[in-house]
Amino acid sequence: MNSILDLQSVNKTYQSGGRDLTVLDNVSFSVETGASIAIVGPSGSGKTTLLGLCAGLDRASSGSVELHGTKLNGLTENQLAALRNRYVGFIFQNFQLMPTLTAIENVMVPLELRGEKNVRPVAIDLLDKVGLADRSHHYPTQLSGGEQQRVSLARAFSNQPQILFADEPTGNLDAETSEKVIQLLFDLNQQAGTTLVLVTHDLDLAARTQRIVRIKGGKIVSDARV
Amino acid sequence: MAWRDSRRSRSRLLLFISSVILGIAALVAIYSLGDNLRQNIDTQAAALLGADLEISGNQPASPKIKPLLDSLGEDRSEERRFASMVYFPKGGGSRLAQVRALEGSYPYYGELETVPVSAGRSFRDSRHALVDQTLMLQYDAKVGDSVKVGEVTFLIAGTLLKAPGQTGVSATVAPAVYIPLRYLAQTGLEEKGSRINYLYFFKYPPKTDVERIAKGLESRLDLEDLDSKTVESQKESTGRSFEDLTQFLGLVGFIALLLGCVGVASAVHIYIREKLNSIALLRCLGVKSSQAFVIYLIQIVGVGFLGSVIGAALGAVIQQFLPLVLKDFLPFALITEISWSAIGQGVLLGTIISILFALLPLISVRNIAPLRVLRASFESAPASRDPLRWLVYGLILAFVFLFTYLQTDSWLDALVFTVSILGAFLLLLAMASLLIWLVRRFFPSSWSYVWRQALANLHRPNNQTSILIVSIGLGTAFICTLILVQSLLLKRVTLSTSGNQPNIVLFDIQSDQRDAVLDLAESQGLPIIQSVPVVNMRLEKVNDVTPAIAQKDTSNRVSRRIFGREYRVSYRDTLTEFEELKRGRWEGTAPANGPVPISMEEGFAERNGVKVGDTLTFNVQGALLTTVIGSLREVDWNGVRTSFLVLFPKGVLEEAPQFHVLLTRVPSSEGSANFQRAVVQRFPNISIIDLGLVLKVLDELLEKIGFVIRFMAGFSILTGLIVLISSVLISKYQRLQESVLLRTLGASRKQIFSITALEYFFLGALAAATGIILALAGSWGLAKFTFKVDFEPQFLPLLLVFLSVSGLTVLIGLVNSRGILSRSPLEVLRQEA
Repeated sequence: MNSILDLQSVNKTYQSGGRDLTVLDNVSFSVETGASIAIVGPSGSGKTTLLGLCAGLDRASSGSVELHGTKLNGLTENQLAALRNRYVGFIFQNFQLMPTLTAIENVMVPLELRGEKNVRPVAIDLLDKVGLADRSHHYPTQLSGGEQQRVSLARAFSNQPQILFADEPTGNLDAETSEKVIQLLFDLNQQAGTTLVLVTHDLDLAARTQRIVRIKGGKIVSDARV
Repeated sequence: MAWRDSRRSRSRLLLFISSVILGIAALVAIYSLGDNLRQNIDTQAAALLGADLEISGNQPASPKIKPLLDSLGEDRSEERRFASMVYFPKGGGSRLAQVRALEGSYPYYGELETVPVSAGRSFRDSRHALVDQTLMLQYDAKVGDSVKVGEVTFLIAGTLLKAPGQTGVSATVAPAVYIPLRYLAQTGLEEKGSRINYLYFFKYPPKTDVERIAKGLESRLDLEDLDSKTVESQKESTGRSFEDLTQFLGLVGFIALLLGCVGVASAVHIYIREKLNSIALLRCLGVKSSQAFVIYLIQIVGVGFLGSVIGAALGAVIQQFLPLVLKDFLPFALITEISWSAIGQGVLLGTIISILFALLPLISVRNIAPLRVLRASFESAPASRDPLRWLVYGLILAFVFLFTYLQTDSWLDALVFTVSILGAFLLLLAMASLLIWLVRRFFPSSWSYVWRQALANLHRPNNQTSILIVSIGLGTAFICTLILVQSLLLKRVTLSTSGNQPNIVLFDIQSDQRDAVLDLAESQGLPIIQSVPVVNMRLEKVNDVTPAIAQKDTSNRVSRRIFGREYRVSYRDTLTEFEELKRGRWEGTAPANGPVPISMEEGFAERNGVKVGDTLTFNVQGALLTTVIGSLREVDWNGVRTSFLVLFPKGVLEEAPQFHVLLTRVPSSEGSANFQRAVVQRFPNISIIDLGLVLKVLDELLEKIGFVIRFMAGFSILTGLIVLISSVLISKYQRLQESVLLRTLGASRKQIFSITALEYFFLGALAAATGIILALAGSWGLAKFTFKVDFEPQFLPLLLVFLSVSGLTVLIGLVNSRGILSRSPLEVLRQEA
């Protein structure tokens, strides 16, 4: 099977207090198209940095990151943005909805940024799938946490991404709501055949993916299929 | 605790308060100006009057009073002042000027400022004249050229820069030409019927109680219709008129301060919202709600005080420039000094008012529950239900009212101002909300995402859109109203001279000159649009009420003001199409016996408490004439024509000393100059008003007034822009979050830049539109009800204002948002990590 994401000998160092701080140390792994993978590890282990590099939100200090067949190293910020818009979907712990837009407008953003017209039906369809068709004209502040995350899910799938990055998607939700959102995430993922990269503390959640990569001190300590 | 809590937010707190800095600066500058004016008037009052005592009247001193006038003071001067045409033979130009024929050493204090300096004294020795610099410039005249006044040609000995009591504005309206009094008779301008002011100046030895002398003369002068002025009374009247000016400017400055305060209230509101968790934590740790309130109150008092001190310091600097702004209105060179009382008032006012406005959001601190620490979504009771909130609103209104009362010294004015300011704010707010709603409601959904996102951004949580629109809109409204009214006034005068309306008025035509002048006009092919006789008279009695009785008995229905004036009346047998009979009966011919039935203008009669049937006794240059009010007329005063408060029937005044007024229309400015030259050369006593010149003078005058208003409107706009800067910086974190999220979702730098620029464009455009619409509405009202002209505003200047205000808003918004574009999208993850 082809890999959609491929990391080779990736290092990431930051300057901190005049010293180099290595956050990721020689990380290599690849993800097959359509697979689901969880990156787990304790706080400060480098999970979020790794996710940022994979999604083209940050640049590696050395090594190579290839997303959907494109090497990210040499791309400009605008080229990276275009790539994300075309192939990547995101789900965040804090939902990250635009507070000034309604639910449906938030779902439409990735498509509209691309310059697509008549995207409202697509957004309505997605909101319907996440059970929020009747709340499409509500602003984020008028929605509960679970509802906001469902809008965020609809947005993540709106541009039919090849790969979905989810950063602690249930971190801010109670157990019951978490379960509903996760179920929805996996169902949509399955329907769309999207690759899923999940960063989480929650081992139960990680166990629902096909593969778990454990990271500690910036190094991959295990990489196991579930 | 307040000090420690503020540690990380001091610069932000100061930013909130920065919106009041300009308001305080404006007020301190204006108060300092007021103080400086008072001091300058005190020290320069003698130079304003030029003498210790001035006695004036509009008739020559009678033989009864002459000996008295000759006995006053240790030195005496005499001046006759009247409007007359002056003619510049070199260029052939002529213009109406104020001729001042002077004898004696006046001014005793200060100087007639001239170039060369010596001309101010030496011109009196021979057939020389001093000509105001505006006239010299207009007719390209030089010292050494000649100017003809009446029948006499004078050598121009000097350019007059300033005479005692004269301002730039008065020189524009009536430029002065000084000549020696002994040549006045030769000019032939001292004819009967001419309106001449007779002034007598007296110098007393130092330490003489001139005030007491003037008081002692009062009753005798009253009998002769003479007025007196002393240095002290001059001080009072000059002080009073400048008090009005500083009061007006003070209130405009106060509006700028109030706008800034609304900005403070909304900024503190955001500050407190950001501090909610810290406050809840403090409450968990045992801080009482009142203690939490005091912690933040102390912070606000601190920055309010600091902001006011900075504002006061800035005001002290601005004050140095105010004399430049007002130079055309000041009759003396203003020497500025730092006024500590003004600075003290500014600091006190700024501190109190920032606390009052910050109290609105601050009182909600008392209601923050400690439970918030555990549950972020815990909702406090809605603030509007807090009774203290209404108390704070009340305090603010009471403060505005009290402040205005202290400024105006009138409860009614204070009430009107407070209600008006509240109404204006609410109106602007309603207008702003309506515009925002309309734009949102009708914004085409087919427009690109960038446009829609920019518009949606105006509604981000904790936005300050409304207050920004109100403050920038108010400044725009000031400026646009000024532009519109200016063009309305000019149009009003232009209209008066368009079509077949007269554009030249000749007056002071003596009876024996009338036919010759008519012939002259006809020989040049000019139409005689109107030719009317005018008789000057004074009112001696209304029924049995004399001026002395009216003065003493204020309960009398007849106003004493009715006596104080000279009446210029006309006589004819019909009413014109511009007059409408409202009461009584108009009689065109006087009956052979009994009192003469006259007609009075309705409004004038009402203001002075007289009605149909009242008997009025006039003094027609010595002869008493008994009349009765037979009718009241409504007069349309608009347009260039002769209209009269009092109109006589035919058959009474034909033989009285009189002059004539002629109205004609000259098709071109060249024709006008030819006609004026011909008239002035043949009939030097005749004065001419050229409407073209009036238009020019009006334009200059409006420009001067406009400068002051623009200066004050500038404060309001600047305050709006500072509120904008503070609002942009306050919301910067949120903007960063939004743009980083958009970057993450794939937005390009260009898209984010466009969204940011368009957001500020919408803000500036909505504010400018709010101001322009209000200005249009106000000017429409003025056009329809006051000036009674069709309202056809010029849209080009308004468009320029619109573009400037919007452009400035975009510029300031973008400059303060810099850095947003360069943030890495990774921050969207880091915020959560």
